[in-house]
Amino acid sequence: MKADPRGVLTGTHFMDGDHACCEGALAAGARFASGYPITPSTEVVERFAQRVPTVGGCFIQMEDELAASITLQGGVWGGAKAFTVTSGPGFSLMMEHIGYAVMTETPCVFVDVQRGGPSTGLPTLPSQGDMMQARWGSHGDYEIIALCPNSPQECFDLTIKAFNFAEEFRIPVMFMMDECVGHMTEKVVIPPADEIEVVPRKHTHKSIEDYLPYGTNGDMVPEMAHAGEGYKFHMTGLTHDERGYPNMTPPMQKKLVTRLQKKILSNVERITMFEEDSTENADVIVVSYGITSRVAQRAIDMARAKGLKVGKLRLITAWPFPDFKIRELAARTKAFVVPELNLGQMAREVQRAAEGKAKTILVPHAGGSVHNPEDILAAIQEAVR
Amino acid sequence: MSTLVNPSRIDATPGNPVEPFLRSDRMPHIWCPGCGIGTTVNCFAEALIESKIDLKSLALVSGIGCTGRVAGYVKLDSFHTTHGRAIPFATGLKLANPHLNVVVYSGDGDLSAIGGNHLIHAARRNIDLKVICVNNLIYAMTGGQTAPTTPGHATTSTSPYGTFEPAFNLPHLVEASGAVYVARWTTFHVKQLARSITEAFKKKGFSFIEVISPCPTLYQRRNKLGDGLDAMKYYKEKSKTKHGCPTSEVGLTLTGEIIVGKFVDRDRPDYASLLKAQMHEALGNKYVDYDEEQGYGCSADGGCEEESCH
Repeated sequence: MKADPRGVLTGTHFMDGDHACCEGALAAGARFASGYPITPSTEVVERFAQRVPTVGGCFIQMEDELAASITLQGGVWGGAKAFTVTSGPGFSLMMEHIGYAVMTETPCVFVDVQRGGPSTGLPTLPSQGDMMQARWGSHGDYEIIALCPNSPQECFDLTIKAFNFAEEFRIPVMFMMDECVGHMTEKVVIPPADEIEVVPRKHTHKSIEDYLPYGTNGDMVPEMAHAGEGYKFHMTGLTHDERGYPNMTPPMQKKLVTRLQKKILSNVERITMFEEDSTENADVIVVSYGITSRVAQRAIDMARAKGLKVGKLRLITAWPFPDFKIRELAARTKAFVVPELNLGQMAREVQRAAEGKAKTILVPHAGGSVHNPEDILAAIQEAVR
Repeated sequence: MSTLVNPSRIDATPGNPVEPFLRSDRMPHIWCPGCGIGTTVNCFAEALIESKIDLKSLALVSGIGCTGRVAGYVKLDSFHTTHGRAIPFATGLKLANPHLNVVVYSGDGDLSAIGGNHLIHAARRNIDLKVICVNNLIYAMTGGQTAPTTPGHATTSTSPYGTFEPAFNLPHLVEASGAVYVARWTTFHVKQLARSITEAFKKKGFSFIEVISPCPTLYQRRNKLGDGLDAMKYYKEKSKTKHGCPTSEVGLTLTGEIIVGKFVDRDRPDYASLLKAQMHEALGNKYVDYDEEQGYGCSADGGCEEESCH
């Protein structure tokens, strides 16, 4: 379906990534958000608090992130599309409820504008240190989707994508911004509402008599009902059967957790988005994401000016990780250079997926600023030597 | 799992008037002999009959613990959430669909320890929630550990030499935080409890009903207080009904008097009313109120043009 025009601020704007993310959420149909203030993410909900009463929805500032991360899920079961926004320390507090959204198959979006950590770390400065936490932060086995924008325009475009994935697969989607992308102001083009594809809630067509809340068909994604519609369904974070009733047995655990994984893993090629450039005859391929991809572009340009054959792979989807793409590229390149604003997180994934067929060279950065392009260039030169 | 029967196809056994409110396919329940939680559910069902509330509009939210299991036994839209977070979940549910009657049904540890911050803030905001707090004075599900409500000198698995921390006086706490309706009963007071729940359904705002309830397995036994029947005798003999009693005077002790009754019944605007008033004042006709047709965003009964959304 197309976006509801009430939420779409069609036009050409000069806005920062945080605000663009908010506009993306509104365009995607989000009409409910719960949040707790934390730098450098707060501008997203500040704008939402200002805008949403004029499009038919509400924002509530909760008492902490523990509350914010489940209030939005109550909103979803009440019928709204909903999200929350945070940064490192708050993201840590939200982990239990990311697992709850996975287990109860609550479609929602968690925006994390990453800052330097651990702990309070660097509240106003960038990092990409939450990439593994986004994937593994909650307990148990599960799959989520995580997207990494590298510009305010992508903060708009990919936020819509994040909501669409959340609805399609009934999972929490992690929207992994960083302080630079969040606070960077650039041109953002918001198209007319009838050019924006929005995935509606997968609401059940079944009668009350025929509806099983966690019964699935071929696509492994159950149909949803909302509170107040007469279905009188039960929902729990306990291991449950198709009725939603607790069933804490090893066979049920295996069946449920396997399905929750498979509904994502069987769609990896469709979910994973990336930008690929000149990888065909590349001696070295720079793999990057988020703000670091823009610094990496400068380093790639410098290397090419020196006559080096350098390819580029920019991860737009970080999770699920595009193993298949890395495997394919590893067969025809010598090395991957992976700059990231942490001491080595996604680089491990590149190394794992490359299976030793090409070497992986990490260009670490502890956070607080972006890389110096010369450091990435040096790694490229080292790789081709 | 093709042998599973859709719960709505199971007929309630005629005879017991509360059975239509229960998921009979989930019986027997997990609660111990002598436990008071089932009694409170019975009173809750009585209140539903008495108040003639539209069951379709009623959602029940629980946290984790023995009382947290109530959500799994009632035939309503029922949400078994995470430990301590029933109130914020219920807050989101109520805000996204203001037509819902939302009941939070949970235990003392869940609501006042791990969920204590949410309890006071929901009362402050005066969110229109009906909170039923079954207070068995202990963490029962995990084996009888000290709760913030455990009265002084009681022995628990984590206070083997007796508790010495002062306990929360929950009615006092929620009144000070802003609740519009505060009552306390014991599981001996079944009629009074059902009546209080019925009254709370008529209130708009944050209502809190504390129910003192026995845990024979872990609290009574360890403290040599007898079984469930002994608890009933204690509640009968030592309870004193004092409607309107200042909540500062209703703290509990190990074996002393239990003040019960309706302590607070007042009116102040609830969160949704304040929200709407503020937005109308600040935004005038630019404010888009909750849409009766479309709800917020993509509700089942509208908001989307696609057939697949209906």
